[in-house]
Order: sequence, then structure tokens, then C-alpha cells
Amino acid sequence: MIFKKLFLAATAAAVLATPLLAMPAAAQNEQFMPLLVYRTGPYAPSGIPLANGFNDYFELINSRDGGVNGVKLTWEECETNYNNDRGVECYERLKNQGPTGATVVNPYATGITYALIERATADKIPIFSMGYGRADATIGSVFPYVFTAPATYWAGADAIIQYIQSQEKGSLKGKKIALVYHDSAYGKEPIATLEALSKQEGFTFNLFPVAHPGLEQKATWLQIGRQLRPDWVIMWGWGVMNATAIKEAAAVGYPMDKFIGIWWSGSEADVKPAGAAAKGYKSAQFTGTGTGAPVHAQIRDLLFAKNTGKGKDTFGEVLYNRGLVNAAVSVEAIRTAQGKFGNKPMTGEQMQWGFENLNITQDVIDKLGLTGLMSPIKLSCNDHEGGGSVVIQQWDGKGWNYVSDFIKPRREMLTKMYEASAMQYAKEKNITPRDCSKM
Amino acid sequence: MIYREAGQFKTSYAADQGIFPIRLDRMGMVALLLIAYLAIPAVANHYWLVSILVPFLVFSMAAIGLNILTGYAGQLSLGTGGFMACGAFAAYKLATAFPDLHIIIVLLLSGTITAAVGVLFGLPSLRIKGFYLAVATLAAQFFLIWMFNKFGWFNNYSPSGVISAPPMHLFGDIYITGPQSSPLVKYLFLLTFVAIMALAAKNLTRCKIGRSWMAIRDMDIAAEIIGIRPLWAKLSAFAVSSFYIGIAGATWAFIYTGSVEALAFDINRSFQVLFMIIIGGLGSILGSFLGAGFIVLLPIFLNNAPGLVGWHIPVDMLAHLEFMIFGALIIFFLIVEPHGLARLWTVAKEKLRLWPFPH
Repeated sequence: MIFKKLFLAATAAAVLATPLLAMPAAAQNEQFMPLLVYRTGPYAPSGIPLANGFNDYFELINSRDGGVNGVKLTWEECETNYNNDRGVECYERLKNQGPTGATVVNPYATGITYALIERATADKIPIFSMGYGRADATIGSVFPYVFTAPATYWAGADAIIQYIQSQEKGSLKGKKIALVYHDSAYGKEPIATLEALSKQEGFTFNLFPVAHPGLEQKATWLQIGRQLRPDWVIMWGWGVMNATAIKEAAAVGYPMDKFIGIWWSGSEADVKPAGAAAKGYKSAQFTGTGTGAPVHAQIRDLLFAKNTGKGKDTFGEVLYNRGLVNAAVSVEAIRTAQGKFGNKPMTGEQMQWGFENLNITQDVIDKLGLTGLMSPIKLSCNDHEGGGSVVIQQWDGKGWNYVSDFIKPRREMLTKMYEASAMQYAKEKNITPRDCSKM
Repeated sequence: MIYREAGQFKTSYAADQGIFPIRLDRMGMVALLLIAYLAIPAVANHYWLVSILVPFLVFSMAAIGLNILTGYAGQLSLGTGGFMACGAFAAYKLATAFPDLHIIIVLLLSGTITAAVGVLFGLPSLRIKGFYLAVATLAAQFFLIWMFNKFGWFNNYSPSGVISAPPMHLFGDIYITGPQSSPLVKYLFLLTFVAIMALAAKNLTRCKIGRSWMAIRDMDIAAEIIGIRPLWAKLSAFAVSSFYIGIAGATWAFIYTGSVEALAFDINRSFQVLFMIIIGGLGSILGSFLGAGFIVLLPIFLNNAPGLVGWHIPVDMLAHLEFMIFGALIIFFLIVEPHGLARLWTVAKEKLRLWPFPH
């Protein structure tokens, strides 16, 4: 009987709740941002600081500036659990909210980015995949609604090779470089670039795929440490795979300062579990580290002092800062779009214009209080990457320190590769590329 | 009182052996189809069609497939994800190699290819049973995913290993895949496809071949003694099951997400489908639908519910609550009816026939 009543009550509640589905948002002068986050699940240690960074920057814009030119930012989080189908569900749920619908989507997973490219292009909502997703989406004539600034995986691979080259006194001839990668769409992204570079620079290149989730790498590292003995190891790892790789590398005595991860293998969550073994480990990064930027002081004074803001526990972490920068670039795209279309909430189509005409100079970075957190970017109709730079950082056991200057990836070569890959995509999908020379 | 079959006399064998022998059931089925074909397209919005109904239909198809193998033929399989991937990649190769092939032919062919792969991995079932077979099919799961990841030929050497569906026409100018396709077309196409496939599955299980599966499931030695060939029965179960699962995988990649990587069909996908048929009801086509509905729709409903009634719960708390309530409901339903939701429906039907008199 109790079961029956419970069941009836649950059904009644469900039925009553349904009409509320279509409640419209109240205010009109608001810019809505959907946030696809993963605060739970196996990748939560990476997802939490990212999501906090977004929240705090948006909140700072609202409380410090009263919004973007008077347009308040609103946002809603949706938990994807780093799961592709949930990501698509979240996107569909949030895309029509707010007075002008979703402003820009940050999928925060390469798989979700892939799943959303067609949908978002059809819905005219820009995807901003900052440092992940499809590298060839940089070609704006084929992918008008996808933005990859400030650097793609291919650019990251090139920057790492440039760094290695500078450490090897300019020549990589006869050197051995190994790539340890997560065996998924994400991990495979840099392979083509590294293969092309190995031909160009004359180093031998070996591949070591690691099956998801990457907890079992003993055999991989025995082979690397005892047999192959490469001069450098590059890693495209994700989640628990990173800390495991660092531990296994230490176990076979591989020197940590010859071991470089991509930016998803270079946050606190990746090195701390490996303990002292991680000391000396390096990673590429396109956002700055630490809590020294003016924006950090503002968040401390305007948010944390008033007990708002979410990022107190993750303040200044690599991924928190990346969340801040990502939010800041999105906000600047809104501002750019407003410069053309007026100070009101922007639609996805207007945002697309805003992104393509985005020009964040060093002056703008200083004015925003992001000094040291990012390098200047300038996007255009055909270049959705914007020419950002990559920096190599090293873990000293307590924090990350820069060990290189900002490195500019060699974009002439990369653009050719982007073009070739994007044109193949266009052919497969029957897309006629836009003519960017007319814009 | 309403659900009464008094006065319905069956005058032919055909009437007696129909899928729905009771008139009220037939009317219910017609009503259900009318709702699915007319009412839902009229009221459902984009969100409902794309992210709730389409995956529900795709998973229903996969659950029917696994139910044929595990529920009807009694062969426990953990390879569902691998077979779905097989269907998806087969469809992708077919669609890109022969761009003029119609989507229905692509789907059926990819199902056929998966069926062949299923038979291959079904061979061990002739020697091993139960949990040991589960381990053998687990090998299929890992091998297939590894293979699609390892060899670039399967994804036309895409640098990331992601396959993405080329735009395809259903008929005339109406697209079923790609960015120009409307969710309504996708839904109606899948609905028709799944309905026909479900009807076929239901009839398969009621004819000679289905009975031989059930005989093997209930006691294989006895089945062999009465003249059922285990080789034929088991391998046909693997073939038919993989056919359905392959089509489910292909529709997942082509119609639901549009682009997919092999990792989307990992072991968790196998478990997900297995849980669907356990909760829905082993050996029941209706159960496949109920289970798919339970596993696909309930988490989304739980995730949306607090927002709908105006509560604002932080997303991480919400995700944890979703897990807890979902888990509790699984245990609740399995305690109330260990044979699944389909059995619950049968029991309810029995009670309704007698109601309001208890005897």
C-alpha cells in the first residue's frame, strides 16, 4: 500500500511538473551563457576548477562592471559528467534559454565538441573550444561557427617540438621522441602533426597508445624506459592517466624534465597525486599560472570578501585560470559584437561576427586585469585560432613555473595542414566553403 | 470492470494465437501508435525529440537485440557495445564508399555485417555457457573497440578517429542525417523503423526459431534431445541479436549524435543495455521498451525535475542526487518485481481483469 501511494505521489508530481516546462525567462536585458560542466564523475578534479573559473569571471563582470555595457550576464550550469550523450542533451536543453538563446557554447570535451559542431552550426550558435576539439575547425570558411583560439592541439604539438629543439641546441636530427597518448579522438589529434614534424626535423617518432582510462601503463613505460629510451617523451593524457604515467615514468627512472605533457596533462590535479615523483615534470600551457594577476585581486576583493564566488578552494589553479581566460575571451567577443550591433543581448549569429572580429591586444589584456594570464589573439573570417602562443611550465613540487617564453607555433605549416583536413571534411559533408576574401 | 474480455470469442486459430488476443490490448496498441505518430509530433518540441525520444528509440532497438540473445536464447552477452560500434563503423564505411546508397539499405547492410561478426563471436557459445560465455563476449567488446581505434581504414584515416555521418536523403529533398535534417523526420523515421523491427522480433520469438531459442535457454540438453540443433539455435540467436544491435549502433551514430568515436561504445554501453533488459524484463519485447525508457529517460527526468519545479540545486549535488535516486529506484523495482517492469505490467493486467472482485 505504501509503495502504491508513493508511486501515485511520484506520478502526480511528475504530471504537475510538466506544464512548467515552458516557463520563459523573465528579464530581457540579459545575455545567457550555457555552461557545460563536469563537477562529478572520473574527471571532476579537472572539471571543478574550470567551472569555478567561469562562474567567478561572469560574476565579477556583473558586480564590477554591471554586466557587459549594461547587459547582465546570466548563466546556467548543466552537468555532462564528461559524457557525450549527456553533453548533447545539455546543449539541447540550454540552447534556447535567455532572451537571445545560448550566446556561445564551451563544450569542454573533445567528444562533445565533435558531436555539437553540426548542431551548433545549424542552430547558429558559436562553439568556442579553447584548446581542445577539432584542430582543423580553425579554418573559418568551412567551420563558420567553431572557434579554436588561442591554440589547437596541432599548434600545441608544434610548440612542444620547438621547445625541445631549443633545449637540444637547435637540432633534432637523430633524436628519439615518443608520444604517450590517450587512445581516443583527443589523444590522436597531435599524431599527424608530429609525424610531419619528424620528417621535417629528422627525429624518430614512436607511438604509445594507452587504453582508456589509463590506469595500466606498466608495459608501456617498461618499453619506454628500458628498451626505447627516447630523448624526450610527450604526453597527451587525460584524467587519472596523467598521474599514473608520471608515477610509472618515475618507477622506470625516466628523467622528469624530459617529459612534457599537453595542457590537459598539466594541472595540479595531474601532478599532486604523483607526489614527489612529479617534481620536474613539464607541460605546455596557453594560460598563465598563479594568483598574481590583477583580476585575482579583484575576485578576492569583490567576490570572496563578500562570500560570493565559487572558486575559493581552487583559486589560482591552472584550470581555474583557464576558466577565467575562457570566460574573458567570450565576454570580449560579446563586447566586440555589441560594438557593431548595439548594447543589447547578442544573438548567436551576432556573436559569430563578434568572434571573427575579436582582437585582444596586450593593452586590452592589461585593461582587463589578465596580465600574464594570456597572450594576444586576433581572429578573422578564415583564421579562428587567432595566433595565440604557448608556454612551457614546470612543476617544482608546490607550484608551476614558466621555463620558456611564450612560443609562437609555426602557423604557415599548420595552416596548410588545417586547410587540407578542413577541405576533406567539406567534401565529405558537401559543404561549400565561404569566400572569406569578400568579408 | 473496464478491462474485461467476456464476450470475446475466438473462432479461429489465427485469432487465438494473435499477438494481442484481447480486444482492449489491440485498441491500446492502436492508441499508443496514434499517440506516437500524431500526438507526440504535435506537442513535442525540439529538445524532446532530439535528446529524449530519439535516443530512447535507438536504445529500444539495442535492448530488443540483446533481449533476443540473453532473454530468449539465454546467452549472456557483454559485447553489446562492441556490436553497436561494429554497426556504426560498417554504416560509415558503406555510406562513404557508396554515397548513393539509400539510408535504409545502409542500415540493413550494416546490420547484416554485424550479424556476421556476431556469429563469429558466438562460436564459443557452443562450448561454454553462462558466466564463461559472458567473458568470451567481453573479449568481443574489447577486441572490436580496439580494432576500430587501431586501424585507420575504418574511419577513413581521420586524424582523430571520429566518424561523422555524411548528409543522406530519406526521399526527395528530405534529409535524415546531417545538419539540414529535421528532428521530426528523424523521430518519425526511427519510430517506423523500430516499430517494424519490434513487430518482426515479436513474431520471430513466437515462431519455430524463437521456440528453439527458448528451449535452449530453459535446458539445452533437453532441447537437444527433442531435436533442436544447438549450433543452429545459438548461432541464429547471435545473428539476429547482432543484426538488431548493429542497426541500433548505426542509427546511434547516424541519426542520434551524427558523429561518434569508438570509445562511445565502451563497456559501459554494454552494461547500460544489459541493465535495460534486466530492469525491463528478460524475454519480453515490451520489457525492452520499458527498460530503455527507464534507463534513458529517468536520469534525464531526475536531472530536469528540480529545475522544473523551481528549485535551484547546484549541478554537482543534482548529479549525485540523480545517481542516488536512480539507484534506489532500480533496487525498489527489482524488489517489487524481480522479473522486471514487463512482468509488473502482466501482473497489473491479471489484476485488472478481475477487478473489482478479488477472485
